[in-house]
Amino acid sequence: MPESILEVEGLGIRFGGLHAVRDVTAQLPAGKITAIIGPNGAGKSTFFNLISGFYAPTSGRIRFQGEDITRLKTHQVVGRGIARTFQTTTIYRELSVLEGVMIGHRVRTRAGLWDALLRTGRERREEAESREAALRALERVGLAAQAHRPAGALTQEGQKRVGIAMALASDPRLLLLDEPAAGMNPEETVNLMGLIRELVGGGLTVALVEHKMSLVMGLADEILVLHHGQKIAQGTPGEVSRDPAVIEAYLGGHAHGGQMGQPGREGAHA
Amino acid sequence: MTRPAFKPGPLVWVALFVLAALLPLLQPGGFVLDVAINVMIWSMLAYGLNVMLGYTGQLPLAHAGFFGIGAYAVGILTLREGWNFWLAWPAAVALCALGGLLLGLVAFRTRGDAFSIFTLGVGVIIALVINKWDDLTGGNDGLNGVPPASSLLGIDFSKSANFYYVALAALALTVLVVARTRQSVFGRSLVAIRGGEDLARSAGIDVFSHKLRALMLSTAIAGLAGGVYAAYVGFLGSAVTGPTTTFTVLLYLLVGGVGTLAGPLLGTGLIYVALQFMKGLQDYQYIVFGPLLVLLVLFAPQGLAGLWNRAQMRRASARTERAVDHA
Repeated sequence: MPESILEVEGLGIRFGGLHAVRDVTAQLPAGKITAIIGPNGAGKSTFFNLISGFYAPTSGRIRFQGEDITRLKTHQVVGRGIARTFQTTTIYRELSVLEGVMIGHRVRTRAGLWDALLRTGRERREEAESREAALRALERVGLAAQAHRPAGALTQEGQKRVGIAMALASDPRLLLLDEPAAGMNPEETVNLMGLIRELVGGGLTVALVEHKMSLVMGLADEILVLHHGQKIAQGTPGEVSRDPAVIEAYLGGHAHGGQMGQPGREGAHA
Repeated sequence: MTRPAFKPGPLVWVALFVLAALLPLLQPGGFVLDVAINVMIWSMLAYGLNVMLGYTGQLPLAHAGFFGIGAYAVGILTLREGWNFWLAWPAAVALCALGGLLLGLVAFRTRGDAFSIFTLGVGVIIALVINKWDDLTGGNDGLNGVPPASSLLGIDFSKSANFYYVALAALALTVLVVARTRQSVFGRSLVAIRGGEDLARSAGIDVFSHKLRALMLSTAIAGLAGGVYAAYVGFLGSAVTGPTTTFTVLLYLLVGGVGTLAGPLLGTGLIYVALQFMKGLQDYQYIVFGPLLVLLVLFAPQGLAGLWNRAQMRRASARTERAVDHA
């Protein structure tokens, strides 16, 4: 077992009577790509929301780099080094690409209202730092040339990259991508996979929720399978695609489609 | 790309305030000065509201209440306690900032429309308390004879022409504060919250703390405006602290341009002056303003400043196209 960057233990959350995530114990290996898959409603996004502090779990613990972050608020979690993107292209469309990405660096700055009003040294220094961090992040996702365009004017793929750049601007150790390839054509998806590999090559750990099996099988070092909020398998793509419980979850009962272990074919929900 | 927003540069603002400072030298009639001072007072309140609605994307509806707290604080401290206006005024501003903090601690447990309705309720309560607390505020009879601002550096501010400069300085300070806030690391986080609270949270912004500080700034500005009002008008009645005032100022803001630096001043100036000429219509004036507001929200959601923006952008893009053609 390689060293893990994040460990969850007995993690669960209940909305009323519904166990959206239930008793999940898992590790994300450091410096690797972990894909979280499962049929619709399996609790994948909820799992992300728990890790990123969006929801407070009703049971279990989350440890990040050895530190218990279970009860931390979202901005504190981001401060510890976990950044995320959203399912849809949720970015600041009306701002320029650069300014939107600069927002991602806010967590590394401390300038407040008095700094703004008095134009303190800290204000000017942190403004310059934010700009540099944002430009670096845009460089990493290949959007440096578009920095001054309104974010909403970019293509779907461009907007996804802006979202990733915004997450990168917070200088994370772990990046959570929620359906990064949703709404992308095959070519764009391949580009995105290249980008994710580059980021991981630079030392980042990535966890992603994705329906597109081509992306999952082509990219993931490790796959975590959720079903009805519970973990039913974790392992390499090869192991997971042969796992009877996984095959049952995907094919059994309702025909969810999205066959496992067959790169090139799209999941039914993509 | 050209500048995307209506931003009269700092020089335009300086020129505007210098010109405004020359107005009393022309020895205008009392009416002109009165309109000018009122426009400055109400546009300050609109600036305060704009910090929340325009930059943070939250609509609080208790601002007339905070305007009232600021005004009554100055009134009570100067009239009853004999404080100097120049001490009472900052005290009133601090009191309103504290009030904003207390309101925010509770109100920001709600979001969106619920926040607006909650704060509207608080606004009504503030007006009621001011109206019923006879011993402190004079209740229904109001607070009569609030002294004008005390002399400072040998200048007698009981004269309208001199007090004009107090209002002008307060407005200039307000514009400067709001402009600096918007153009800062802190202000960008407010804009992030306006763009989407969940996104701002996931980007690592402490949404609650930012909203709280924005509200405190916003109510402090309302208190600043209230203080000027108290010393200028000399009589305080509870009616001005009620929701009608909040909605009137909201109208100014919507017409001028939400989220723009020029909008609050533009909208207040235009509507307040227009209303002066429609005094004869009394309550019927709203028959004119209602439909106008509907049209405005439909066709110019960014107000007059927003219309100007769009024209600018169209011209800019036309220019770019021509440049491309020539290339």
